[in-house]
Amino acid sequence: MTALAQRSVAGAPGLDVEKVRKDFPILAQEIRGKPLVYLDSAATSQKPRAVIDAVVRYYLQDNANVHRGVHLLSERATKAYEDAREKVRQFINAAGAEEIVFVRGTTEAINLVAQTHGRARVRAGDEVLITEMEHHSDIVPWQLLCQEKGAVLRVAPIDDHGQLVLEELERMLGPRTRLLALAHVSNTLGTVNPVRRIVEIAHRQGVPVLLDGAQAAPHFPIDVRALDCDFYAFSGHKLFGPTGIGVLYGKSELLEEMPPWQGGGDMISSVTFEKTTWNKLPHKFEAGTPDIAGAIGLGAAIDYVSALGFAAVAAHEHDLLSYATEALRDLPGLRLIGTAKEKASVLSFVVGDVHPHDVGTILDQEGIAIRTGHHCTQPLMRRLGVPATARASLAFYNRREDVDALVAGLHKVQEIFR
Amino acid sequence: MNPELRDLYQEVVIDHSRKPRNFRKPEGANRSAEGMNPLCGDEIKVHLKLAGDVIEEIGFEGAGCAISKASASLMTTALKSKTKAEAEALFQRVHSMLTSGQGNVRLEELGKLAALSGVWEFPARVKCASLAWHTMRSALDGAGTRVSTE
Ligand SMILES: Cc1ncc(COP(=O)(O)O)c(C=O)c1O
Repeated sequence: MTALAQRSVAGAPGLDVEKVRKDFPILAQEIRGKPLVYLDSAATSQKPRAVIDAVVRYYLQDNANVHRGVHLLSERATKAYEDAREKVRQFINAAGAEEIVFVRGTTEAINLVAQTHGRARVRAGDEVLITEMEHHSDIVPWQLLCQEKGAVLRVAPIDDHGQLVLEELERMLGPRTRLLALAHVSNTLGTVNPVRRIVEIAHRQGVPVLLDGAQAAPHFPIDVRALDCDFYAFSGHKLFGPTGIGVLYGKSELLEEMPPWQGGGDMISSVTFEKTTWNKLPHKFEAGTPDIAGAIGLGAAIDYVSALGFAAVAAHEHDLLSYATEALRDLPGLRLIGTAKEKASVLSFVVGDVHPHDVGTILDQEGIAIRTGHHCTQPLMRRLGVPATARASLAFYNRREDVDALVAGLHKVQEIFR
Repeated sequence: MNPELRDLYQEVVIDHSRKPRNFRKPEGANRSAEGMNPLCGDEIKVHLKLAGDVIEEIGFEGAGCAISKASASLMTTALKSKTKAEAEALFQRVHSMLTSGQGNVRLEELGKLAALSGVWEFPARVKCASLAWHTMRSALDGAGTRVSTE
């Protein structure tokens, strides 16, 4: 056995999970008399104390509106809010902080792009290309746009393992394609798409690319400049930050030429009843009082994950995913849905003919939280030929015991549905 | 197994979910309605053959979790040959059992339907168990509209 393999048997090096778990107060509780086993981080992640404290501290000490007061509190709030933007910039390696637009989450980020960039560029007969594995939030905004414009929504296929068929995707990019929008990581299958290559392929045809990074940002470092994507969207709450805050990254050239989305305070430079001029980036897209506490919490989450180190996080999660994959494969009658070569932290499955909802209820009685259903990917479910799946999703605070508890719970399921 | 789970997944429930009764569209059906539970993707169609005021035949089709299938199956066995008024009265009692537990209903009067008496302890599953009943009611009304439990 190599040294590396030996170490990975004992748990990946570099991350002291028990210590990390102490940073997440919510994990230390019992559910129905059993220790909580939280395997639903793809739906939303838990928050470390550092994030909770940052939000509380803001409200206790710094609360004021941003970009408008001359008083000290407003100065502090503005600084904290803009510092958070800078943290996000560094986190995804954007060229400038003006490329970071704070939004409510991935859903709002995608809608923003559809309603501004999309509306300005897409004409009747044009095409928007997405993939079969998209979340509803990366389908419906494009559908609405295409309906409005008389454009066509096209869908690149996946294979039975849940991997994009790249040749097909390439073939579907044509002179009428105005945008390609796809998930970096699939929330239902865990598939990590080769987005760098895909961006290259799309750019060869002059097609800009939006990446839905909701499930990628919590698991590995994002480098938007290396990816060369035109837009990148993610949610704070899946990245150990608060709900209500998310990020749209856009290349500054694109953001500059886009019309504003919502109108209101903060997004203007001057207003008369005849004419309004827009504020500079990114404020042009941030109408109204933003989620200041949310942004500050997200900044704290980024600090927290960065301090852990993504290398350690990735090694631990990789180890856990292999461990869990093997453990689930060994369960008779269990079928894994989503068996791509490149996967991140998501295990979708069905247990014989037992409906996932029943699986979820029985596991919940054991204190195990998973998600069941269509995971906001109904078209993907149809493609896979299942009405629903059970999904266990992992984060760095999970450990092998959690997987063992899941397996024991699934034995119970099989006992009840013998 | 803990007692709540045992109450939820009683043998009768497992049996009816595995081998649903009247799982078809009966010959001569003249009323139907569709129901769905978007949360778990349950979809069901209830078909009735109504002769005057009497449910001569009843069947269902669809896919769903064990609770929704067993509930639909048990419902079809309970409602065959019942009048509209009797079906409505039973609906009320089942509804009461599903939402508030056994306290308000006499289980012995519900026959096999009492197998669903454990559902009320699982608020997330009440919709699964009541889907078939709501759909049946919509079919009876002749409204034929799509029922959604969300
Ligand atoms: C891949 C993917 N895209 C988009 C979203 C939507 O994110 P939010 O609900 O935070 O806007 C999610 C979250 O469920 C997701 O997993």
